Amino acid sequence: MLSEAVVVDGLTVAYERIVALEDVSFKVFRGSITAVVGPNGSGKSSLFKALVGQVKPRRGVIKILGLDVSDARGKIAYVPQREEVYWDYPLTVWDVVAMGRIRNVGYLRSVKKNDEKVLAALEKTGLKELMHRKISELSGGQQQRAFIARAIAQEAEIYLLDEPLTGIDAESEDRLFDILSEMRRIGKTVIMTTHDLSSTFEFFDNILLLRNRVIAFGSPEKVLTAENLASAYGSERVAMHLTDVGRVAGWR
Amino acid sequence: MAIAEFFLEPLTYRFMQSAFITSIAVGILASTLSVVIVLRGWALLGDAISHAVLPGLALAAVFNIPLTLGGALAGIISSFAIGVIEQKTRVRNDTAIGIVLTGAFALGLVAISKLRPTLDVFHILFGNVLAVSTYELQLTAAVAAAVLLFFGLFLKEIVAYTFDPVFASVAGLPSNLLHYILMVMISLAVIASLQTVGIILVVALLITPGATAQLLAKNLLQMFIISIAVGITSAIIGLYLSFYLAASSGGTIALTATAIFFAAFLAKRLTASAVSR
Ligand SMILES: Nc1ncnc2c1ncn2[C@@H]1O[C@H](COP(=O)(O)OP(=O)(O)OP(=O)(O)O)[C@@H](O)[C@H]1O
Ligand SMILES: [Mg+2]
Repeated sequence: MLSEAVVVDGLTVAYERIVALEDVSFKVFRGSITAVVGPNGSGKSSLFKALVGQVKPRRGVIKILGLDVSDARGKIAYVPQREEVYWDYPLTVWDVVAMGRIRNVGYLRSVKKNDEKVLAALEKTGLKELMHRKISELSGGQQQRAFIARAIAQEAEIYLLDEPLTGIDAESEDRLFDILSEMRRIGKTVIMTTHDLSSTFEFFDNILLLRNRVIAFGSPEKVLTAENLASAYGSERVAMHLTDVGRVAGWR
Repeated sequence: MAIAEFFLEPLTYRFMQSAFITSIAVGILASTLSVVIVLRGWALLGDAISHAVLPGLALAAVFNIPLTLGGALAGIISSFAIGVIEQKTRVRNDTAIGIVLTGAFALGLVAISKLRPTLDVFHILFGNVLAVSTYELQLTAAVAAAVLLFFGLFLKEIVAYTFDPVFASVAGLPSNLLHYILMVMISLAVIASLQTVGIILVVALLITPGATAQLLAKNLLQMFIISIAVGITSAIIGLYLSFYLAASSGGTIALTATAIFFAAFLAKRLTASAVSR
């Protein structure tokens, strides 16, 4: 049976005077992968922040696995667009990835040095050789992968990845798509933002095209039309997208 | 005078025995918190809480409630106020802290001079090691034990929350609870230091040991060990200096901590340049 993983209904998010999202509604099912697409400032990150309770919606309802946002804490793994962590901590890559296990291990216990989930997450993200490096001494792309590894180790139900492809190399990108396929296979739900659909749109079950409102939501073929892209990006950008995305999608 | 006598003589006085035990306990508890304060960038926050404790003490004296309680409440209220000002207005964190710090301190001075002119402000601010009572000794030891226990039991949660608050909250840790427990502990550390270092110079013990440890440590565990060692050493050397120089113990303890920091800094520079040569 299909069951709903995330249901958003009439969501409006505003920062004082700036309205980031207006009347956004959509739902995604368990075991699906959704790409959130839209120009800069279209409210993609704001959507994620609302889903994890980092910003309070002005209006609207969010249900995560049937629960309110505050009750769904612990069921979501979230990798923000920019990590706002305190880099002075002398933590290794292993330490950070092991943090993902904090809830599963429980209070008054420490994560074992040979914890399989942690080692598997390091392996999948290609960080095993770097696990004893300090997190602050990694490159930007490596840091990004370490936080993705922490999310994997979390074994959450729902994964929210804000631009996970930005700043990582081609090999890591391939690895990430392998990880995502694996997650879909075992029934996890993934929602991620991306700016690059040209080669990957077929991978996704749903595309949410945003421009502070929902321009379109549904399967890639349904969403990626000239008309929709024009209303999301404005006419100048469209030409490029049409040749990139449209052609591959069989649209002309 | 023989060396042994030099070190043992102060210990023959009852008040110095109490002072040593209390100072060492303050050293341990402040330097444990210091690691998190330094890594998380809460130095100014610690300063604000220490100043904010003053009106709490003054009002507690006026209304005849335990000073400890009044001080702790004031510390917590001020850390709460800082959070609210920061979130609800567009004021930066350090500005919010500055506003609360000066406001609370001014309130404390006005309250004391108006309502309780007999309360010795100088002693509250800078410590009066001659006056450590058994009650204060026990209180300080209890607070130190509580802080060590809390860090020992919940270290991974404390580290996760202070390193990455967004992660901690999304992963379902009780972030707000952890935050306020840490604030309460900083407030209690300030109050426990009342007699030995005073509420102003305790900031030296809340910041400097952790900063020294950050210079030298390779991982978090080392950082706690070095920080606590610096805290204890500062308390001990500081008290001897205070005894023989007849100087304010708050001043000598804080100065010792500062001297250790600069010594560590120089040692690190020298070894680094020796290696690169
Ligand atoms: N903290 C904030 N305070 C005020 N306005 C904000 C804040 N964060 C975002 N905004 C505004 O909300 C709108 C949506 O921003 P958001 O970060 O959600 O966009 P985005 O789609 O993620 O963009 P990008 O592709 O650049 O990551 C923008 O107009 C932005 O200016
Ligand atoms: Mg964004």
